Amino acid sequence: MKRLMKSAALAVSVSLFASSAFAESVRLTGSGASFPAPIYLTWFKDFSKNTAGVTVDYQSKGSGAGVQDFLNKTVDFAASDSAMKDEEIAKVAEGVQLLPMTAGEIVLAYNLPGNPKGLKLPRDVYSDIFLGKITQWNDPKIAAANPDLKLPATPITVVVRADSSGTTAVFTKHLSAINPAFKEALGEGNTVNWPATDKFIKSPKNDGITATVRQTPGAIGYIEYGFAKLAKVDFAVLQNKAGQYVVPNAESGAEALAAVKMPENLVAWLPDPDGAKSYPITSYTWMIFRKDNGNPAKAKAMRDMIEYSLTEGQKIADSMGYIPLPPSVVEQVRKASANIQ
Amino acid sequence: MNTPFDIPENPDSACRPPSAKDFLVDRIFRALARIGVALILALVFALIFEVGRKALPGMEKHGFDVLFGTVWDVNQGKYGILPAIWGTLYSAFIALLIAGFFGVSMAIFLTQDFLPAKLAAVFRTIVELLAAIPSVVYGLWGIYVVIPAIRPLTAWLNSELGWIPFFGTSLSGPGLLPAALVLAIMILPTVAAVSQDALTSVPMKTKQAAYGLGTTHWEAILKVMVPSAATGIFGSLVLGLGRALGETMALAMLVGNANTITVSLFAPANTLAALLALNFPEAGPTEVEVLMYAALVLMFITLLVNVLGSLLMLYAQRGNK
Repeated sequence: MKRLMKSAALAVSVSLFASSAFAESVRLTGSGASFPAPIYLTWFKDFSKNTAGVTVDYQSKGSGAGVQDFLNKTVDFAASDSAMKDEEIAKVAEGVQLLPMTAGEIVLAYNLPGNPKGLKLPRDVYSDIFLGKITQWNDPKIAAANPDLKLPATPITVVVRADSSGTTAVFTKHLSAINPAFKEALGEGNTVNWPATDKFIKSPKNDGITATVRQTPGAIGYIEYGFAKLAKVDFAVLQNKAGQYVVPNAESGAEALAAVKMPENLVAWLPDPDGAKSYPITSYTWMIFRKDNGNPAKAKAMRDMIEYSLTEGQKIADSMGYIPLPPSVVEQVRKASANIQ
Repeated sequence: MNTPFDIPENPDSACRPPSAKDFLVDRIFRALARIGVALILALVFALIFEVGRKALPGMEKHGFDVLFGTVWDVNQGKYGILPAIWGTLYSAFIALLIAGFFGVSMAIFLTQDFLPAKLAAVFRTIVELLAAIPSVVYGLWGIYVVIPAIRPLTAWLNSELGWIPFFGTSLSGPGLLPAALVLAIMILPTVAAVSQDALTSVPMKTKQAAYGLGTTHWEAILKVMVPSAATGIFGSLVLGLGRALGETMALAMLVGNANTITVSLFAPANTLAALLALNFPEAGPTEVEVLMYAALVLMFITLLVNVLGSLLMLYAQRGNK
């Protein structure tokens, strides 16, 4: 009996040793932006499934929280819609590598009686709507751009994000770029001080805005293109810098991305892209890595994950409502990912 | 073992002193209960201390500007929570008005022999089930059901009676009234259940005595039963109000989160709990200080309401005697 127990104990200890020796698993954790979270989670799931011994976890808690986690070293990488501020980068002794991984568009969803499709909004009109200057749907400026639509005499209810969000940052950056009065009065940021009238309503998250716009006749709100596509809401056709009216989709987004040259640090802003076919509110979103991770296995797993996202990952971008990176940017990101060691 | 009850045993007596085991169980239970109470108190104080500690830098920096400011602009470093304080109190009191009326009526209906006992039990369970519905479901229900349902009425009130400040603006969607209505339904089970307990705990004799004096059914209810249960009913209202003040997710979805101070029921407003829930996830260090400050204010308001409620109740009781 005693001998039996001894051999059993031996067997257990051997198997324990074996499992710890063979399963050299790497676990990467990341947190941050919620806007690219659906596509990131799909990438990470597929990548973890196809790569033995590597699992990638991602928590969607918001760009600001992700950067904060990254600075506190509670995560291996972060994701942010608003890149990273210089003073934040300076705090990281190991060095920071920002990599644009995908891009998205912001659309203006609206709810009008009779559900007319293809509402056209000129630049000065939609920026003035969000500034609280244009308050009626039958405003002559809106009517002039939409001669075929019958616009009701209802007030415009503007629905904006109640929570702090990278989407708001991108949207207000664009509005500030095209309308000096907007820049003066509200500025840009994750939250801004929207006009305090009873026709400005704040709802949490993309779902909150979508639900409110759906339920409120005469409402307009900004949501991410991918979300609008899933939720099947009507969204406006916006006038771009070249004066053309452009429908948001993968092609018009790609045109906008192509209009901007990616700089050395891989942080390119498109507050108001050139090009006749460019959709005006388009933005990159970034993953943030440390250059020196002090762990070769982890660094290799990160590079593999980036490579997977750049190749297989970009193929599903369009179907999920994101814009695939232009080939030249993919090349630049691939080159820069070698800095992650 | 020597217990304080160690008295000489009388073999003829049916009663016996507590055994050592009884004594031990009693002492252990008492000790556990004391530890439990101490832990709850410690938790409350730890909570206040922790929130207070984190709020302190914000209080030093902004002082009373936060309490009386009406602008919340992170980019300019302006933090004012007066509209949120106003919205919190306004929405909670309207909700309490509605839930108080319906909750107490319901309690009377279910306890004062209007229904067969079995049917009353079924209704009671249904009302209590309302408490089990998650907040976010109430929020969605508010957006998809309540708002469209009240829209025609509010439009009529606004166009016909718009000169009354309560109906001064048109309802766009989320706003104070839908938020207060949903809030009322959320606190209804609390108010109804506690009021029912209060009414059922009035001794049967009291009612029989009232009937004996020749009162009608309604006189017995309104002049005898309800006043006798007043303390408990009042307690249910205070509990309900406490819940209404702290409710978060449903309000964040329904109240409109606009920093305006208005008496119009159809205008969007803001509440402290919604402000906290929506701004915390992405708040920077300076914003967190102010949010902690706001959390402390919310705690203080809840405490104040509870203390005032208890005082009012004491006063009312004394007045009765």
